Amino acid sequence: MSTLGFAMICHTALPRAAQVARHWAERDCPIVIHVDRSVPRGAFNEFRNSLSDLDNVRFCKRRRCEWGTWSLVEASQTASEMLLAEFPSVRHVYLASGSCLPLRPVEELRSYLAARPMTDFIESVTISEVDWTVGGLNEERFEFSFPFSWKRQRFLFDRYVEFQRRFGRRREVPEGITPHLGSQWWCLTRQTLSAILEDPRRRELDRYFKYVWIPDESYYQTLVRNYGRKIESRSLTLSKFDFQGKPHVFYDDHLHLLRRSDCFVARKVWPRADRLYRTFLSAEHSGDRMAEPAPGKIDRVFSKALERRTRGRPGLYMHSRYPNPGWENGVTAGPYSVFHGFNDLFQDFEAWLSRRLGTTVHANLFAPRRARFAGGADTYAGGLSASAKLRDYNPEAFLTNLIWNTRGERQVFMFGPQDNQRPGAFMANDHNAQISVITGAWAVRLFASNRNFSHIRTEAARLQRTEAEFVETLRDRSRRADIRIWTLADFLEEPMENLQGILDAMEGAPVQRLTEAPRMAKLEGFPQFLQSLRNQGMNPFLVGDFPQEGYGEDPRPSDTHRPYLVR
Amino acid sequence: MKVVQRYALRLERKKYLVRAWRKGRSLLPVADRTDAIRPDDILCFATLRNERPRLKYFLGYYRDRGVSHFLFVDNDSNDGSREYLAEQPDCSVWITPESYKRSRFGIDWMNRLLRLHGTGHWCLTVDPDEFLVYPFSDTRPLPALCDWLDASSVKSFGAMVLDMYPKGPITAQPCADGQNPFDIACWFDAGNYMIERNWTYGNLWIQGGPRARKFFAETPERAPALNKIPLVRWQKGFAYSSSTHMLLPRGLNLVFDEWGGEKTSGVLLHAKFLSTFPEKAAEEMERGQHYAASAEYKAYYDGLSQNPDLWTRWSERYINWRQLEILGLMSKGNWA
Repeated sequence: MSTLGFAMICHTALPRAAQVARHWAERDCPIVIHVDRSVPRGAFNEFRNSLSDLDNVRFCKRRRCEWGTWSLVEASQTASEMLLAEFPSVRHVYLASGSCLPLRPVEELRSYLAARPMTDFIESVTISEVDWTVGGLNEERFEFSFPFSWKRQRFLFDRYVEFQRRFGRRREVPEGITPHLGSQWWCLTRQTLSAILEDPRRRELDRYFKYVWIPDESYYQTLVRNYGRKIESRSLTLSKFDFQGKPHVFYDDHLHLLRRSDCFVARKVWPRADRLYRTFLSAEHSGDRMAEPAPGKIDRVFSKALERRTRGRPGLYMHSRYPNPGWENGVTAGPYSVFHGFNDLFQDFEAWLSRRLGTTVHANLFAPRRARFAGGADTYAGGLSASAKLRDYNPEAFLTNLIWNTRGERQVFMFGPQDNQRPGAFMANDHNAQISVITGAWAVRLFASNRNFSHIRTEAARLQRTEAEFVETLRDRSRRADIRIWTLADFLEEPMENLQGILDAMEGAPVQRLTEAPRMAKLEGFPQFLQSLRNQGMNPFLVGDFPQEGYGEDPRPSDTHRPYLVR
Repeated sequence: MKVVQRYALRLERKKYLVRAWRKGRSLLPVADRTDAIRPDDILCFATLRNERPRLKYFLGYYRDRGVSHFLFVDNDSNDGSREYLAEQPDCSVWITPESYKRSRFGIDWMNRLLRLHGTGHWCLTVDPDEFLVYPFSDTRPLPALCDWLDASSVKSFGAMVLDMYPKGPITAQPCADGQNPFDIACWFDAGNYMIERNWTYGNLWIQGGPRARKFFAETPERAPALNKIPLVRWQKGFAYSSSTHMLLPRGLNLVFDEWGGEKTSGVLLHAKFLSTFPEKAAEEMERGQHYAASAEYKAYYDGLSQNPDLWTRWSERYINWRQLEILGLMSKGNWA
């Protein structure tokens, strides 16, 4: 008894459609095929002849079909009418396309349906619950009319939608129906399907749906609500859509994925996916496995593709992802820390910090002569060169590359007013950046240098100007980085607390408190040095209010009884 | 973009088309099998000069991936390349007495052949030392990609040139005829590429990699461009404007996403740094037939006189496309 019949709509890859039709027909499933009229006569005849040995394959009247139009509904109506009329034993009608591929033996589908003789499998959801329509037309697809083709007459289509929006033109939804949407691939019982097709109001309803947008996703889905006795709102056909609203295509390498889904039929399959066709059209298991279709099992793969296409990987700049400013979803790939002025104040600060954090710490990456990578390397992760020219050719790219290449490992580096300042603004606007600044620390280095005082004074003025600009950038209200700024004098009030505060704010840094202090530069005579600068007409205001008597010796983790952090 | 600018680009495009026609007249067929091209075939276009030892692998690589016909312009080879190609059943070969330089480094010839034979096809325009890797290239042939691009209404497909190099001095390991060059040159730089946007043509300008690192560290602005658009659904009015780096009309150059997402893209593995390279560089410098009076080759020649090792401890060893995808050198986009 052939209780399951197929209505198949095809327009391309006819040899594959023939293969699938044969598969079903030979397993006692009558099938009525609608072939698009735009298929040339020769190709159609060849297709028909290739199936002529099967007496349960029929071809219905051909129409020209176009995506998103009423013609597709008409095709399915004609095919199902013929199927119901000519094969009276058919209990369930399954609507399929020429690029569908059965994933499980027909026997399994048949017994699955036999166990649910009165159930209609059709995805049918009210408009308000739909989140997958593309193009922003939701309610409007039922309220406007769409006489123009979206594919061929896009301009007219858009203008006419605009016109209707502006003038508030609304069509009446016919009485007694509530618009529903869903996948166009369904499996309905004879009772329900014939009720829809033999509805006394069919002409009126057809006239209405003719100008609805994409009626093949709403015609049966809406009407089934009036007749269906038991509706399972899901499609038995596995079909995934991408962000453009077109179906994902399955290839040979999806074999295991498709197996795992336990769905009965998949759409759509690449016509040249030989391995898929070979495997699924030959496999014959016994028909007693009653696994429920679980399309959700393979969702992850496709939702990841969607995210890759629409959001991309933050911090990645490459030849197919180059976001406009403000669209990066994060301008860098991960958090990093910038220490400005610290290695002027502390000796061997990088080594100390590296020990403390247990990661590599770079010296001044934007130093004038070369990028001073940790360990003085000539190249670093990803093949970044230490060449200053190469780096300064595009310093932002240098930075984003470094952060991308070392994903999962926080980058920490020194910065200062003698360095290339171009990345300053970039970092200030990056929420991944943690920038800690001691202003005026350059004075300590100058203080220790063995140069003529007039030189020192000029250099001090230059550094102060650069640093003031940088600080101003950081104080800009739009900055997004995590920023801490002290003057040298302020910082020296409580150096260990301040350092601890910075480290605490680093995500993933070890939480023990500081025990070993970094060695501070000798500051004896520093206040006098500052005074000399002032006397020479150069006011080192960024140093802050440095006391004449100076500060005490090296800061110990001062009194060891006092905990530095409370977490 | 202003109307004037748009019109200027249109004129520029027309100029290229006229040039292509002018320069293309000198092309003489050695083997013309273009009658055998069927409507859905994917075609491969290339200009070459003395690449005999590379050709066997090149043809095999692209045949395996579903290229149906190859169209070559032979620029004065004397190592048997021409004869070898003319024997192949799926190759058409042209020769020309014209200067490579004066046909804009062969691109005029390519434009001519593309227009004559490529119109309506997916056309892959590459150098004989460039090997296209695209998402799923190990399991899906090029027609799968092209069908998908068609379905997505995408007309051009971008790929970045990825310079591959051996470990140790370049001349140390010779590459045999027909051998996979990436058995030897299997290392690459993963993350030192610099991108700028070209607003006139709408494409990206990418520089970097081992060439910038080793040969152009002092003059980075002269480092060669690595952005390419090798795969295009060709139509009559299209024209490559500067190598395969960019095309007109400019909409074809938008192979990247501007709104944070990633478009599907590939990589052109570049088998340049093989043992034959120093010899070639010397010859090309002599001939002066390359871009900017072969300045690039001068830089190589100077750098190569020390027979350098491009390898560093940060070099990545090539495994497959998935590795390139993870490293962010290419993207699956929404092709799943």
